[in-house]
Order: sequence, then C-alpha cells, then structure tokens
Amino acid sequence: MNIGVFVCHCGSNIEGTVDTAAVAKAAMGYPEVVFATDTMYACSEPGQAGIIEAVRNYELDGVVVASCTPRMHETTFRRTLERAGLNRYMFEMANIREHVSWIGKDRAANTNKAAELVMIAVEKLRQNTELTAGEFSINKRVMIIGGGVAGIQAALDCADGGLEVVLVEREPSIGGKMSKLDKTFPTVDCSSCILGPRMVDISQNPNITLHTLSEVESVDGFVGNFNVKVRRKAAYVDWTLCTGCGECAAKCPSKKTPDRFNEFVGTTTAINIPFPQAIPKKASINPAACLMLTKGKCGACVKVCPAGAIQFTQEDEIVTEEVGAIIVATGYDLFDFTKYGEYGGGRYPDVITSMQYERLLSASGPTEGHIKRPSDGKEPKDIVFIQCVGSRDKSIGRPYCSGFCCMYTAKQTILTKDHIPDSQSYVFYMDIRSPGKGYDEFIRRAMEEYGARYIRGRVSAIQPKGGRYLIKGVNTLMGDQVEIEADLVVLAVGAEASKGAPELAEKLRISYDSYGFYMEGHPKLKPVETNTAGIYLAGSCQGPKDIPSSVAQGGAAASKVLGLFSKDKLASDPQISSVTLQRCIGCAKCQSVCPFGAIEMTEFRGMTKASVIATVCQGCGNCTSACPQGAIQLSHFTDNQILAEVNALCPY
Amino acid sequence: MSATIQTKSYDAAFVSAVRRESEQDLALCYQCGNCTAGCPVSFAYDFPVNQIMYLVQTGRKMEALSSHAIWLCASCETCTTRCPNDIDVARVMDVLRHMARQEGLVAEHSIHAFWDSFLSSVEKYGRVFELGLMASYIGKTGRVLTDADLAPVALRKGKLSFKPHDICGVAEVRDIFKRYREHRS
Amino acid sequence: MTRSRYAYYPGCSGQGTSREYDSSTRAMCQDLGFELIDIPDWNCCGSTPAHAVDHLLSASLVARNLAIAEDMDVDGIITPCPSCLKNLKTTQHRMLRPEFHAEVQKVLGRVVRADLPIKSVLQVLVEDAGIERIAQESTAPLTGLKVVPYYGCIMNRPPDVMRFDDPENPMALDNILTAIGIEVLPFALKTDCCGASLGTTRRDVVARLSGRVLDAAAAAGADAIVTACPLCQMNLDMRQAQINKANGSHHRLPVFYYSQLIMLAAGQLGERIGLDKLCVSPFSLLSSLGSQTGEARS
Repeated sequence: MNIGVFVCHCGSNIEGTVDTAAVAKAAMGYPEVVFATDTMYACSEPGQAGIIEAVRNYELDGVVVASCTPRMHETTFRRTLERAGLNRYMFEMANIREHVSWIGKDRAANTNKAAELVMIAVEKLRQNTELTAGEFSINKRVMIIGGGVAGIQAALDCADGGLEVVLVEREPSIGGKMSKLDKTFPTVDCSSCILGPRMVDISQNPNITLHTLSEVESVDGFVGNFNVKVRRKAAYVDWTLCTGCGECAAKCPSKKTPDRFNEFVGTTTAINIPFPQAIPKKASINPAACLMLTKGKCGACVKVCPAGAIQFTQEDEIVTEEVGAIIVATGYDLFDFTKYGEYGGGRYPDVITSMQYERLLSASGPTEGHIKRPSDGKEPKDIVFIQCVGSRDKSIGRPYCSGFCCMYTAKQTILTKDHIPDSQSYVFYMDIRSPGKGYDEFIRRAMEEYGARYIRGRVSAIQPKGGRYLIKGVNTLMGDQVEIEADLVVLAVGAEASKGAPELAEKLRISYDSYGFYMEGHPKLKPVETNTAGIYLAGSCQGPKDIPSSVAQGGAAASKVLGLFSKDKLASDPQISSVTLQRCIGCAKCQSVCPFGAIEMTEFRGMTKASVIATVCQGCGNCTSACPQGAIQLSHFTDNQILAEVNALCPY
Repeated sequence: MSATIQTKSYDAAFVSAVRRESEQDLALCYQCGNCTAGCPVSFAYDFPVNQIMYLVQTGRKMEALSSHAIWLCASCETCTTRCPNDIDVARVMDVLRHMARQEGLVAEHSIHAFWDSFLSSVEKYGRVFELGLMASYIGKTGRVLTDADLAPVALRKGKLSFKPHDICGVAEVRDIFKRYREHRS
Repeated sequence: MTRSRYAYYPGCSGQGTSREYDSSTRAMCQDLGFELIDIPDWNCCGSTPAHAVDHLLSASLVARNLAIAEDMDVDGIITPCPSCLKNLKTTQHRMLRPEFHAEVQKVLGRVVRADLPIKSVLQVLVEDAGIERIAQESTAPLTGLKVVPYYGCIMNRPPDVMRFDDPENPMALDNILTAIGIEVLPFALKTDCCGASLGTTRRDVVARLSGRVLDAAAAAGADAIVTACPLCQMNLDMRQAQINKANGSHHRLPVFYYSQLIMLAAGQLGERIGLDKLCVSPFSLLSSLGSQTGEARS
C-alpha cells in the first residue's frame, strides 16, 4: 500500500500541546507509509486540497488523518478521499485532539501518545478493504404522531409537497393544547379561529389519512420502510355514520363524566363531542362513565341518534400503516401542581391551573366565557397569578424554565381586565422571559395599559380565609412580605413531557432526556432530527416552546422528510455485519443479542445458518462478540482489523 | 440605606466559612424571596431573611452578623421546607448566630441573655430549672416583670417547681460544657 | 400489634409547664400496650438555645442521651416534644459524617453509635398501634366536640429530617381525633409557627403569631384547639390572656393535648390526664358534651 499521513495542527488546539511535525516524522517510519506531513487545518479547503494533491502525487491508496474526533470530520474526509478518486473506507482517523491535546499539557507525553495513535491507525488501514454502499427503496409515505399545531403544520406541509400523510392522534379530536386556548399571545388572536381552518384543511386534504382516538402500538422496520401498527380505540360510535349532530350528548343522563377537554373544570356527558370545532366532528363514549357499558342500562343515545351510529359492541382495531419516515409531534402535558402542599395540594377549589382558567375564559368552555369561581360561581374581583409553579424548581426535579408561562400569564391578565373591568390582577414573578417578536412589549402592555400589578417575589403559601384566599408572598424589591386576599388564584404551571412519552420513545428507538423530552440530533444544528434515521421531531415533545416555534419546527421536520424522499433510493451503510457461512454453526447467539432484530436464521443446504438483514443492521457489533466461531464479522471493524491495532500497540 | 458598596468589600473568608459550617452553597440561591414570604417573624426583622442570605452571598460580613434578624428567627423551618433550591436556610441562620456570638456582635441582648440563662441552667443541673432560668434572665436584663403575670397561674397549676430536678450525671453534663469550650477556644 | 419497647425521652418541660402532656402520654401509651422505659438520668437536649449557640454543643448534649439509650434493650427512642425530637434526629443525621461523629464523641467523652430509630409518640401511635386500635379503645367517643388540629411548625419539618406525615398538610392528629369521635375542622394554619421560645423575650411576636392561630380557630367555629407540642400549648393556653390583652380579643378556647383527649375517649379521667392543669378551663365545654357521652362514661 501507499499510505499518506496528515497530522493536523488544528490551529493551536492540537499544536499547542503536541509536536505535530515530530508525529509526522515518526509516521514516515511506519510500514507502508510513503508520505507524512503536518498541516494547519486539515478540514479546511486548502487542507483538503493538500490531501487530494498528495494522493495524486504520491499515488496514495490509503490516508490517515490525525486530528479531531471522527464524530466531527470523518464524513468530511471520507468525501475528500472520494473526490481524490479513492474508496471512502480506505481512510482512518487518529483522534489526537479530544484524546490527547485536550487532556493534558505535557508536550512530550502527548507527542508520544499521538505518534502511537497514528501507528495503530496505520495498522488498521493496512487491513481495510474497499466497501461499497448498497441501496434500498423508500416508501414515500410519512406518519405524523400527534395532531397538535406542530403535527398539523407538518402534515399540511408534507401533503402540499405531494406526500401521502398518516396523522395519528391520541385524543378524539386533533388540535392539541392550542385548541384549548382562548386567545394567543402576543396578538390576542382567537386560538380556534386561527387553528380551526388548519384543522379543517387536515380533514379535507385528500393526501391525509386521519386516525384519531388512536395510539401507536408498535414500530418495526427502518428508515424508508417502517411498519407501524396503530390501535384505533373503540369510540363505541361508527364514525362512518355519525354526522356530529350532538343529539346523543344532549340526551345522555350520565352527566358527571370528568371533562378532559375542559381540564376537569365542571363535568360532561359520557357520550360527547369534545368541543364545537372538533375534527373529526364525531361523538365518542367514555366507557368508564357510560351506563350501558358499565351496567347494561340506558341506551338513550341509541334512541335519539338519527344516523343509527351508536355501536356498543365496537372494539379496538389494529391498523397497519407502512411509511418511509415518522415525525413525532406528541406535545407536552402540564405540571401537576398538587405536589405543592403549600398551595393546597389540589384541595382548594378556587386555586386553579392556567389551562383551567383558559377554559373559563373561553366562550366554548364550561362557563361560556364567564369567569366564575369554581367554589360558588361568583365573579372574582381580585385575582392572583403565580408564575413558575413547577418550573425553575430544583426541589421538585423541574429546574428548567418552561418558556411560555410569563407570556400566557400576561395574556390572561389582559383578558381578565376585558372580561371583568373592575377586577384587579396581581402577578408574582421571579423574572420575566419574553424573547420573541413583540413579546416584551406585550408584557409591558399588561402592566402599563391593563393595570396588572406585577410583584417581584414568590408565594410561600395560600391559605383559605373566610371564603377567600390569603396569599402570603414577598416583594423582594422592597424586602416586604406581601399579603393579598384573593377570590381566585391562577397557577402558571410549567410544561412537562407528555404522558407516555418514554414508552413511545422506546417503541421508536429514539432517545429522551431525564425529563422525558425527546432528544434532538444536535442541540444547535439538528433541532428536528433524532439520532435514528427516518424519525424526526417537531414541537414541544422536544422541549417546551411557543406556537410560532412549534409551527416552525413542524415545517422544518416536513422539509427534512421531503428531502429524504427526494431520492428514489437510499444508500445503505456498508459498515454492517455479514456471516461467513462455512464457519457458522447455527447456534443463533447472534440473533439473541441483536437489539435491532437484524439477524434471521435461514436454511442453507439443509443446515441452519445466520443471515444478516443488511438494511436493518446498525453496525453495533454485539453479534461479533457473541459469536463463538468468529463467523459473523462487522465490516470495517473485523476481528483482524481490531487485533492489528492491538498487536501494534502491545508488541510484547 | 444608600451606601455605595465597593466590590472590594466582599469578604471571601466569611463566605467560605458560612459555606463550610452550614454545608449550604448560597450560590444556589436565586433570591426568589420564598423564605421571606413564609417567615412568620419577618415583620420584626431589620433585614428580611432573603436579604440576610444576600448579605452572605455578597460577602457583607459585618452587616449580616450585626443584624437583629438572626436573633429573632424562631427556627420554625418554614424557609428550609419551601426553598425551591433545597437550601437549608434555617441552618445558615443558626451558623450566623454562632458566628455573631463568637465575634461579640449581639444585636438582641435579651434573646442572647435568655439563651445563656437557659444553657447555664442546663450546665448547672443537667435539666432546665425554670425559676432559676427566669431569675438569671431577669438578672441579666433587668426586666423584673417578665411573665410576672403568668407566675400565679403556673404555680397554682403546679407547673413551676421551686427546686431544680438535678440529675446524677450532672458532672458529665458539666464536662460536656467544659470540653466544648476547650474545643472551641 | 407487635409489642414494642421504647426508650422514653420526656424532655424538660414535661416536668414543669407541660406535666399534663407527660402524664397523659404515659397513661395513653400504657393503655395501648407500649412499654415505655425512661432513659435513666437523661439530660436536657438543649432545645433551641443549644443549637442556636453551637451545633457541637447541641449534638453533644443530645448524644449523652443517645448513648445511655443504646445500652438499653429497646426498639427505639420516642419523645412527645417536637423540639426534643428535632434535636435528637438532627444530631443523629449530622453524626453520619465521620468527622463530626468523632468530634461529638470527644466532647461527650464516650462512644455513641447514634443509630437507634427516633420517633415522636404520635408517629408510633399511628404506625404501631394504628387508627383502628385507637378507635376500638375509645368506649366514650367525644361526639359533638369540634376542634382544630394544631401541629406546630417543627413536628413534620423539615421533611427530610422528621420523615413523618405531609409537611404541608399533616393528617396524623386529624385521623386520630376523628377516630375518637371528634369533628376535626379544616384548618389552614396547621403548621404555622406560634412564636416558639420568643414568648419570654418578645411577647409581641407570640401575641401576633399565636393570636392568629386563636383567631383562625375561632373563625373556623372550633370549640377547642388540640396540640402535640408543649411550647405551642403553653403559648396558646397559658399566654391566652396575654394575647387577648395585646390584641383586644376575647378568646376562651381550651387547648388540649391530643393524649388527654384519647384518654378521655377511652373513659379515663383523673389526675394522670391532667385536665385541671389547663389554664383555660375545659370543664364547661366537656360537660356540655357530657349529655351525649355521659352514659358511656359512667
């Protein structure tokens, strides 16, 4: 072989503690190395040009670059080799930055270690073989899990791009949290007025298949070829017949059903349509509250339904959808404030969450938009808003800021003033976070034009007092305790990961953080990708965010999918396992340790042999360690290649 | 208060001493004021408790140790229980009391006198002798009529004894006090 | 119920200002089958003054009692006083640090393990005896009596030291009192501080804080307040007249110890229960209930 070695200075990053020229000089003494040099920035245009030039001048057929971690630039240099006319796998990197120069300052020791890392890279390269990527076809259908505003945006963008879309939503209607809001900041637009048309577009778009009251049951396959089973839960109503007239709900006697859509403010009927703008506008029955389903009595809905759509015998249905990519837009849930015993632990009826207040404000809510105290139905005059309930709080495991609560609290004080002109709102805050366009001006408006009194400090406790509530807070700007008697207390609860998020992540094989938010590919540069090929993120499932950001991410995820599907075939990674049939004894140990289900046992001339499904194998190498015969080997990381490195390093 | 504070007045030794003795890191405090909001005796303080914590954070030793607040604290643990950063505020207040005492900075003479009377009763008898405690307190403060209105009721109900209940092992208790003083000197 | 043996730490006020708490607690434990053995020759734990002056002094005073208890054949140490409980438990917790443990042993002058379980009498009642057992024992339930349960500020706080019941809305007293027929009213000031040891030095603080408790109890419609802390009881009961004078209020609210009520409901009267020791007399209140419970008691 003719091997060329390039030792990068990386400015002073490496050169500061490693004598790169000396490393290059040492490399010249290694077997089959015909060219070695140090270079300022190997990854830069002149740096790469230098590599290509050396390949041509010295007829190199393999290259070692000693520089940063392969996670940074392995792809870069592999492309460089291809431009120079070589196979991209005749390339090795020695990490002399993260593994050497960034660890210690002893120049002599570092230089020595760097030289050794280059030596073993050379040994590995000598064992490398040229590999060619295969290709496989893509199913140009996309599944979007979650029908909130992010999922809706993604679905519409994908459909407009000509793709077939399957939208799966857990609730009976799409719309997510945004459909529960009365108005949105900073424009105070009516939420259902701006979201409604998008929701209707979803239902009317011929490219979009909608599964609501459905959840993902299982996910098999790989990018371009996912096989997803979706469980359509029983609504006990035939949606092909239901017209959404609502007669059933009007006659249902089971009126104490917990009202999920209205955040459990007030109750609803066992059969209902969640809200007037619901898409699909179909009735569904809550089986735990239905008299027929629990006790075998009633059936009032059957009698009044003009379409004969009620079906008590309906069962869950599993539907299989085959798609090439998945966008996860499962949103968030609100923090359960009952953890704060000092705020009543849920026992005080007039201490409510911001979302419950939003339902009270909404004209389609349980009080038809009249703000009423849950305890006695009276109109409140003094309303206290408490920010950061369940956010920025290490003591309950929620140290992060939820990002939108300062804004929605200001909005709620503005709406309160509109609804009740002689009311007085108080807001207890620690800081005000309002970075978006027009956001800070909006907060100022609440204070300057709508008379909201902002008090800098937390609230230690809420105590019921004579039908009202004594709020024991503080004003840190003056160092005074502040006691306010309020009629209603609204807690600005923070966002947390959606219920069931970790379980869904396990099915999709994507990562999630300790809070259950899904992990993006790179915190700065890959906000809507995951580390799993073919699966993308959009919206609050990746971290709490406001509506414009969710919409932006929905569009971004859609563009990633459209980009993925712009080719007809995808390249498969050749760094996968393969089986040497003569050595395989058919013990199936490899199959049992494969986390991806990429190995199947087949028959070859009457013998059982293992076989790798090339498109599923992720190249993890578990199988190679498990195989007692060394029959299954991971290309580009074969036993011989790895042992060559070990033998070079440990010659005795 | 309108002093101009120089950045040079940050007493680093004080900050690290408080950190070491209390095992609490006040860098975690983001001055939310929750402690002050729940403090039952705040109305009587010169500095509210969150500002005492701020004086520690900013290394303002003399102001912190000369305050009245640290003596008036009732050790009710409300601040510690509700701090969102899990800071044991009550323990920091204890440590500041210890330090103030050691430096001879006693803003609340009568409370200092009460604690000293209590402890000298314990040292003398092994258990608190209430009448002896009161006598000592009155002696130190000159407040002759302290709780004089309670004495008749307490006596009538048999709640005040005229004799101390001393214990057999009182010498062990006195030794504890002796060794503690040696250890601290 | 397993028969439990406990080292009993009475605390200094149990012999003086809260002697009725001590005597009724002993009676109650005996009745329920707990074996209480006084820690022989116990010394004062130092209460607030010791920990406010020096943590090593406080720990060493406590540690003498722990060491004595460790030589007894007991399942743990129990005490009726929350302040003693806090000192005992805090010392044990701090002595988990080896350097501090060594310092304490040096000042104490003897070896101490500091590993016995330490609980309040209330906790042991709830966990070992159980609410059903207490209900069973009450042959003369106190029906018609309306009270507010006042736990005080340190019995359940801080939660990682005291480790019993909800620190914001404790329910142990509520449940026990309900079990003996009492109507327990919802009370927002369950854990609000009464002013503690500031009664002697800063009477105005106790007037304000304990005054608030009395006001809230009266506003809730309570006939009486029930406590489990000697200092709270003293501030609310013995100082009730001082508070009335300072605030211009006219409260006449009896302040019971829960142990007294448990004994009453068990049909026990007499000296050990110490009802006559309460400064605000409970007798007219109790006799107004007598018509309902009198027969059972006789």
